[in-house]
Amino acid sequence: MTRLLRGTAIPLLLIISWEIFSRTGSLPMDTFSRPSAIVAAGASGLADGSLLTATWQTFEAALTGFAIAAVLGIFFGVVLGLAPRLEAIVGPSIDALRPIPAVALIPLTLLLFGFGLKMEASVIAFACLWPILIVTVVAVRGIEPRLIEVSNALELSFAARMRKIILPAALGRITVGLRVAIGISLVVAVTVEIVLNPRGLGYTMIVAQQQLRSDLMYAQLVWLGLLGWGINALLERAVSRWPGAGVPGSDA
Amino acid sequence: MPVQMKEDRAVQAAPARGAAVPAVSVRGVSMAFGAERKGPEVLADISFDVGEGEFLCIVGPSGCGKTTLLRLLSGLIRPTAGEIHFHGQRVSGTSRDRAIIFQDYSKALLPWRTVAGNISLSLEACGVPAPERSGRIRALLAKMGLSHTARHYPNQLSGGMQQRVQIARCLAQQPKLLLMDEPFGALDALTRQKLQDEVARIAGEQRTTVVFITHDLEEAIYLGDRVIALASNPGRIAEMVEVGIARPRNQLETREDERFLAHRHHLFGLLQDASFSP
Repeated sequence: MTRLLRGTAIPLLLIISWEIFSRTGSLPMDTFSRPSAIVAAGASGLADGSLLTATWQTFEAALTGFAIAAVLGIFFGVVLGLAPRLEAIVGPSIDALRPIPAVALIPLTLLLFGFGLKMEASVIAFACLWPILIVTVVAVRGIEPRLIEVSNALELSFAARMRKIILPAALGRITVGLRVAIGISLVVAVTVEIVLNPRGLGYTMIVAQQQLRSDLMYAQLVWLGLLGWGINALLERAVSRWPGAGVPGSDA
Repeated sequence: MPVQMKEDRAVQAAPARGAAVPAVSVRGVSMAFGAERKGPEVLADISFDVGEGEFLCIVGPSGCGKTTLLRLLSGLIRPTAGEIHFHGQRVSGTSRDRAIIFQDYSKALLPWRTVAGNISLSLEACGVPAPERSGRIRALLAKMGLSHTARHYPNQLSGGMQQRVQIARCLAQQPKLLLMDEPFGALDALTRQKLQDEVARIAGEQRTTVVFITHDLEEAIYLGDRVIALASNPGRIAEMVEVGIARPRNQLETREDERFLAHRHHLFGLLQDASFSP
């Protein structure tokens, strides 16, 4: 309890002085707003559902893009991890594509899909693909060779070997890539919305800014921070439940 | 004295019911690794048979190719020359009939599966239907003294217990041949002796053929019907000895038996010489 108090002391102090300075007129209201107004804007956004609708739109795009990246990344990651010779052929192309900033694809995807979910999700998928793909290749390559021998000795079929040995053995490390990708998916979603896609939290934020509604803008910023924190906490719990996560064949 | 041992080999070496075809037959096997297998030979011209139901121990200094020989028998790797036959069939790959128990049990168990789950893996591979599995698992757990650990994960168990799990998993596939690669090398002396007795008992009960690799000479004599001593550089058979001590054996008395000591003397000198040879 005392630790919690000590930890919240600085934020509390800042918020209180923010409120005071704002009310005495030392801080301009149109750029800094004030905590009480932000809370009120957030509450009304939640009450009329606009905040939740925007949140859903952002999540829809982020999760769609992430899911596409996860399926493609894990599939090709496992294939490349199991076939080093194929990796020698495909590797250079991957290294050439990977440094392209995902947001640089916005004009192209706009041409392909127009405004909307598809365009946003495809940019997110591109951004999320690389960390998942690369981590999966490394994870598969790092599987304890003894486990592969066990699957050989048991004459497991290819499907059984995948399901019972390779995927579970690599899963601990793959989740690290997935966690990184989830974070990226939200960042890219909000970025695409702020830049031009008229949907989601990024869009409502830029609209609030243009209408000089700094209270609403801050409220959405705080809301995004809370969402990111919540997702991370959820992922952490899911990962820690996996026995032997991250260390295939961890020692006794 | 060793000559005398070899004399009564004819009597001892036929534990199988007059088997004309040995369980394992190794003929002129050589093995080299490296690029296009042009590296130095690890094994050179190895030939021996293993009778059905026989417990054969292979002992040798480290680096003599013992483990390579066992991996060849399992089919995990192929020899550069020579042939290995298993019940008359040429070995060209792995088979569930030949179970291999690795020394590094912690790496050979699936860390994300419980003890019961690890044993289940073998049953799943053998196509045992799900309803039958739990009963078989329970029986194997009881046999290996693991009943109380069924729901534990491997990393929650001691080394000895983990090795028991691996043995149970291999027994689950009901192999005709059990290949053991220094299975007790990483265990403390007391645990090792206990497991030696259990493996000897189980192999005797099921009449499973066993090839057991060890660097521990006494372990080889204590467990084996027959002991093959390998010399290194390249790995080759230095001596083959019929142990000829009745079963069940006993950790105290067998190890004080005259024949035990005689074998130990003979093979000890041989292994010492062999390890110094170029």
